[in-house]
Amino acid sequence: MKLDNIYQEEKKSNFAKVAEIIITMASRPSGFIGLSILIFHVVLAFISPYIAPYDFKAINPTLMLQAPSAEYWFGTDDLGRDVFTRTILGGRTALTITFFGSLIALLWGGLLGIFCGLVGGKTDDIVMRIVDAFLSIPWILAMLLIVSLLGTSTEVLIPALGFFYGKGIVRVARAATHDVIAKDFIVSARARGHSNFSIIWNEIIPNVRDAILVEGAMRWSWMLLGFSSLSFLGFGVSPPTPDWGLMISNARGLMSFAYWSVIAPIVGLSSLIIGINLTADAFAKALGIDRSTKAPV
Amino acid sequence: MTEIIQKVKNLSIGFKSKKGEEILILRNITTNIKKGETVGIVGESGSGKSTLALAMMGYVKHGLYTIGGECEFNSSNLLKMKNRDLEKIRGRKIAMIPQNAGQALTPNLKIGYQIDEALQLHSDLKEEEREQKISELLNKVRLPSPETIALRYPHELSGGQQQRVAVAMALAGTPDLLLLDEPTTGLDVTTQAHVLELLNFIAKDTGTSMVYVSHDLGAIAQVSDRIIVMYSGEIVLEGPSRDILKKPIHPYTYGLLKSIPKLSLAGLPQSMPGSQPQPGTMHRGCSFFDRCNFSEEKCKNNSPQLEYLEELKTSVRCFNYKSLMNDSQVNQTVNKIKTSLQDKEILNLSEVSISYAKQKLLDQVLNRISDDNPTVKDININIKKGETIALVGESGSGKSTILKSIAGLLRTKGGIIKFDQDRNLSSDLKERDPNDLRIIQLIFQNPDESLNPNHTVEEIIAQPLKLYFGLKGEELKKNIIDLLQKVRLGEFYMSRYPRQLSGGEKQRVAVARAFAAKPDIILCDEVTSALDVSVQAAVLNLLQQLKEDFGTTYIFVSHDLAVVRAISDRVAVLYQGRLCEVGPSKDVYQFPSHPYTEVLLGAVLEPDPDIKPKLVAEDIVEEKPPQKGCSFQGRCSRILGDICKNEVPPWQITNSGNSIRCHIPLKELQKDQIN
Repeated sequence: MKLDNIYQEEKKSNFAKVAEIIITMASRPSGFIGLSILIFHVVLAFISPYIAPYDFKAINPTLMLQAPSAEYWFGTDDLGRDVFTRTILGGRTALTITFFGSLIALLWGGLLGIFCGLVGGKTDDIVMRIVDAFLSIPWILAMLLIVSLLGTSTEVLIPALGFFYGKGIVRVARAATHDVIAKDFIVSARARGHSNFSIIWNEIIPNVRDAILVEGAMRWSWMLLGFSSLSFLGFGVSPPTPDWGLMISNARGLMSFAYWSVIAPIVGLSSLIIGINLTADAFAKALGIDRSTKAPV
Repeated sequence: MTEIIQKVKNLSIGFKSKKGEEILILRNITTNIKKGETVGIVGESGSGKSTLALAMMGYVKHGLYTIGGECEFNSSNLLKMKNRDLEKIRGRKIAMIPQNAGQALTPNLKIGYQIDEALQLHSDLKEEEREQKISELLNKVRLPSPETIALRYPHELSGGQQQRVAVAMALAGTPDLLLLDEPTTGLDVTTQAHVLELLNFIAKDTGTSMVYVSHDLGAIAQVSDRIIVMYSGEIVLEGPSRDILKKPIHPYTYGLLKSIPKLSLAGLPQSMPGSQPQPGTMHRGCSFFDRCNFSEEKCKNNSPQLEYLEELKTSVRCFNYKSLMNDSQVNQTVNKIKTSLQDKEILNLSEVSISYAKQKLLDQVLNRISDDNPTVKDININIKKGETIALVGESGSGKSTILKSIAGLLRTKGGIIKFDQDRNLSSDLKERDPNDLRIIQLIFQNPDESLNPNHTVEEIIAQPLKLYFGLKGEELKKNIIDLLQKVRLGEFYMSRYPRQLSGGEKQRVAVARAFAAKPDIILCDEVTSALDVSVQAAVLNLLQQLKEDFGTTYIFVSHDLAVVRAISDRVAVLYQGRLCEVGPSKDVYQFPSHPYTEVLLGAVLEPDPDIKPKLVAEDIVEEKPPQKGCSFQGRCSRILGDICKNEVPPWQITNSGNSIRCHIPLKELQKDQIN
């Protein structure tokens, strides 16, 4: 029998490549757990409005701070609203806003980083110093300023979060570009006279894409935490929209006698963050970026 | 009978593939290393030679494991030993000299401290004794002024000096067996010859056994008493070095020796077909079957055993070795290169100088260039259409720098580069129009780096076609297939990624990409030095064929004088960015020569135990070209005195049309060099 087919994989369709990466991710316990949690949350975010047992904003003074029961699985909060309903709905806004926010961060951070890495010289110096300057501003202060000036609508939050979380990606993308830029295939493309755009699109992006995607996935979980902090401070989602950060903030004073109203959103938020982190880790390993446990050959 | 110090018995090493299949890197290796002998292990990349050498010190690379057999040293099996016991043997009894000493030395510790560390671990010397031992060791490896060297950091030493320090460290434990893994591969030709000479001296002086692993038969020929030839994880030939190199009785070694270009022969050597199978490929028959000129039907299905021939003291793995035994010598036949030289001048470099120095602010404002001692200076070369001109020199001689300037990747500081007598190419990329870029294409040294790993062969070759000719669809595809056929690759390669190709195949794709632009000039930057020996000749032959078909001009940069001899019409020798000698290649390889050419020619290692390198000058590394006078003054053994230090030597032209830039009259040069 010939074994040389291990060196002669055929060209695969993009779909098959993605499928293979997901299978590789799921074949590791941590990757499997992470993916399961993430998929659970995403599916829940889609279906929760249809399966929610009660109205999330129905206030009922007679049912204040009920302990968990068969009727109210996670109990009720200080306004008599069902905690279970609010918890399964509470991740929707956060997930949506941070998902699109990460996409924006990924796009501008990745492209700017690649561009700086490619052109180098004075342009690179100037852009990177500006990025450094922004990195030195505590993001939460800047976010509070933006939100108090422009309001807390989704159209403000997504680009604002995307901007502040993209700064770090600039650095990662630039470093990844530097790894490729010295290689002869870039020199060769330059000597042929390809435009900068063509070099970025054809030569660099396919080689730095993986590193940037993994970084973007990590940023997503940080952004989620950041967004929930904003809500916690009252600058994210406005009541009565259910949101984990807001729920934790409202219920934290009742922790000693109505622990259920605060534990449920905490579990929701932390499990989602853990899920994203584990998935990002497994993603990096499946792509071969994190080589710590990759088999030789 | 001499004592055997290392016994390798039926050793097999391999790994498990993703599908759980066992893949063998080494297959049933049996050999002995005797006391005081130097054994050369030669093979191409992937033949398992390094794995074997590492196994000899009880180390198996991460991911690999021992499948069977043993490595016996002092009657104990190293592969079964505990790490703690191995520590007592490694360094003290068996020492290793790595390929890249620069990476093997800790960058932030002084040389003396690092050797002291080795002594503390591997000897019982007291502190005062150790200090003396350090300078003794550094003396032994012939480093100048050991006291000052001991106080330096690794980066303050040249590559050759670093390698010497690595040798000194290995000798610290007075080992019985020294393993050398390609110890001279990264070094310059002259340095390489010096290090090999040193190793020879040490082998004689200390009586240490050495195992010398290399892909370079030239280097192996200079040091070893016995040679083991490996192919695809097996020993195919083992015997006394002289017999193997003079009368190889295995078809692989025979073909290999025939495909190595030699200094004494102009023209391209015959190439071997195909390339070595990927590690782990399973064969029913002989692993060399599909590349062999002597194969028969039975070789296909039966694998030959290693057979020991008493009268030759040689072991051979071949059914047909007898037919090679009658063929007494390796009769090298070469394909004479046809010169397609035309009178038309295609590229003219006049007074070109290139500087890497950064301009100071004031100079930028005044738009002047302040560096009066540029990296490359006074380059005057006329290149004719259809010519192959080679730029030769050690690293730092400026040969690649000149190529970059011609390609427009580096701006020239002064002088003019003219294409076709009227088009000025002295500008850099941004100022050249697309057609000026199309006429000059580059082929790089390392095809792993010059091909985008995320593109298929089709995408790679399509790039210049789309860019310059705007081809699309069927026409594009037709052109790609056409180009692939020209470089002898089938259509099915189109969907492959570079990682699925062998080194030679990758370089062919790079060649196809260069020719896709229909260029007039192709710049070849060390195009064969990253390739295996058996593949090198094939690529050279391909380049020559394409040149004859298309009438392309090649500018060929190489440090390998034998390769240059084989392919070029004309040779330009460079030292420190200044020309030393320019002339038709047959004349440059004859005396009289510039003293630097003499040094280079003397240091070439031929796979022949009778041709020893001649070491004419010291292997010092100069960092900067001298401010005035001859560029080679610092190393020249024929230096005349003040005239060489103060005046730039004149060009002297020999009868055959060879220009030499030296103060010494040609007659005197010739007289000295022939004696």
